[in-house]
Amino acid sequence: MTFRLAFLALALAGGAYSLQAQHRPAPKKTPTKADPALAASLTRGAVVYKNVCITCHQADGGGVPNMNPPLIKTQYVLGDKARLAHIVLAGLAEPIEIDGDEYKQHMPAQAYLTDQQVADVLTYVRNSFGNKASAVQVAEVKAVRATLPK
Amino acid sequence: MLSFSPRYLLAAPVLAGSLALLAGQSHVSVAPDPDNAGLKLPAGFGALKVAETGGKARHLAVTPQGVIYVKLNRVKDGKGILVLHSQPTGKATVTGGFGDYGGTGMYVKNGYLYASSDHAVYRYKLDAKGEVEAPGKGELLVRGLKMNNQHESKSIVLDNADNLYVNIGAYANACQEQDRTRGSKGIPNCPILDSAGGIWQFKANQVNQTYKTGTRYATGLRNVVGLDWNQQDNQLFVMQHGRDQLHDNWPALYTDQQSAQLPAECMYALKQGDNAGWPYLYYDPQQKKKILGPEYGGDGKKEATGNYIDPAAAYPAHMAPNGLLFYTGTMFPAKYRNGAFIAFHGSWNRAPEPQAGYYVVFQPFKDGKPSGQWEVFADNFAGSAAKVASGRADHRPCGLAQGPDGSLYVSDDSKGTIYRIVYNAKK
Ligand code: HEC
Repeated sequence: MTFRLAFLALALAGGAYSLQAQHRPAPKKTPTKADPALAASLTRGAVVYKNVCITCHQADGGGVPNMNPPLIKTQYVLGDKARLAHIVLAGLAEPIEIDGDEYKQHMPAQAYLTDQQVADVLTYVRNSFGNKASAVQVAEVKAVRATLPK
Repeated sequence: MLSFSPRYLLAAPVLAGSLALLAGQSHVSVAPDPDNAGLKLPAGFGALKVAETGGKARHLAVTPQGVIYVKLNRVKDGKGILVLHSQPTGKATVTGGFGDYGGTGMYVKNGYLYASSDHAVYRYKLDAKGEVEAPGKGELLVRGLKMNNQHESKSIVLDNADNLYVNIGAYANACQEQDRTRGSKGIPNCPILDSAGGIWQFKANQVNQTYKTGTRYATGLRNVVGLDWNQQDNQLFVMQHGRDQLHDNWPALYTDQQSAQLPAECMYALKQGDNAGWPYLYYDPQQKKKILGPEYGGDGKKEATGNYIDPAAAYPAHMAPNGLLFYTGTMFPAKYRNGAFIAFHGSWNRAPEPQAGYYVVFQPFKDGKPSGQWEVFADNFAGSAAKVASGRADHRPCGLAQGPDGSLYVSDDSKGTIYRIVYNAKK
């Protein structure tokens, strides 16, 4: 139930966001399509999302109950970017709890993605499904990859 | 008994009704909800919402006296098993609960209630009224079953010779070196199959059993949630959840569309020693062949070689069959007798293609074998076609049980709604 409310809120937020992006100058600090580099990253990120993440996290980012967690306003998505990049590059294999629901299934590493692809998909996720957060840079992904065991 | 006249059909509910009255439990006035609980059903059927439990209601069982037991996936208010008692109208209230463990399995037979956690099986003695005698004192029948991060539920059923069958799901998608990872190869002689990926047989009346005392009855089954014992040919039938992610992990071999339609969800009729072939193969419903998995050198066309059984029936991919029930009641019309109801929990692995399932299917049987085309029996648990396509279903059918009067009960593990489907009831 909370989820459906959240979903609704999202749909509304999403609509408002795209209207804003099309018709109004960007409010300060909010990423918009007025930034051509960001817009290009979002476009590429959407493609990576569809090719890699969509099966598990679903088209609306809502995940699958009891299996794959949602990517909607979670601390992982909106929080520390290095931790976020680490999840995609190295996977995640510890039980987590989001909105009172537990997720035990492991997320497989997606290390075959290039730094650019990881930056793009995470920028996309951080600015879709009602999320709003700063873009992830290629350099930030590269730094995380350097810490992984070869 | 097997030939039917309309008069007999009319007489059956009346007879059953008066028997129920004699037993002190009346079902004659069961009243379907005006909207049939939101379900779409064949003509003559009606449905009601028996109760809203608010828990993740997995499998359920109804005693001969009509007491309803529901297994919750997660403990709620300290209870992993809920007890429900019905009014004559069919509406029920949760009157209690016990069992401080989550799980899936719930089964009633020969005066016992059987229940499973994700790594053990318990039983509880039932009294003459179908009530658990000592809720705090379940007998631990089986312990130490393998459980990992996926396919952890243990479904249970009994045969007629005091044997207990337990599904132990494989904790992987396709036994890859790196689970669910693009291009990762399958491990030869998949080590998971030692202790999971099959059905184990134990004694139904013996405590403290483990892998050592049990028998691996059948193997090569990725994950079974729905299973039942067929009384007609005295055989175990199971529904397998087929493998996921053919496109995600092997994009050069399978498109999104193919991945949404492969492989079939299969029904298997099992004999001791059978091998259904997971992880080495999957069943392609278009080609009607057992295809070698891409993790083991397959290309979508090569057939698997080896001594693997064929499915007894095949259903569309990824719909997640979570409940199987052979209908032995007399309330429903004759065609349903000894046929199978299957609860399809609904897909997720079809994205970005539209999702499917979220309904209860009827599979006709003849002489203990599937015979003829399956049909959707109870639809619209999801709430709308759009909610099916997006996978954002309101309700997800999971467990099935037959009531003493022949009603079909369905549990929903999303919102915890318990449904009851009846035939020929007055509105
Ligand atoms: C095979 C299914 C699968 C795929 C593919 C997948 N994930 Fe996940 N993801 C999971 C699971 C399962 C978890 C939870 C892991 C755990 O609890 O240890 C998770 C967790 C996460 C989390 C942290 C928890 C949260 O919900 O905020 C993020 C962020 C995430 N995934 C992003 C992605 C992105 C981005 C992609 C695509 C590049 C992706 N995932 C691909 C299954 C998947």
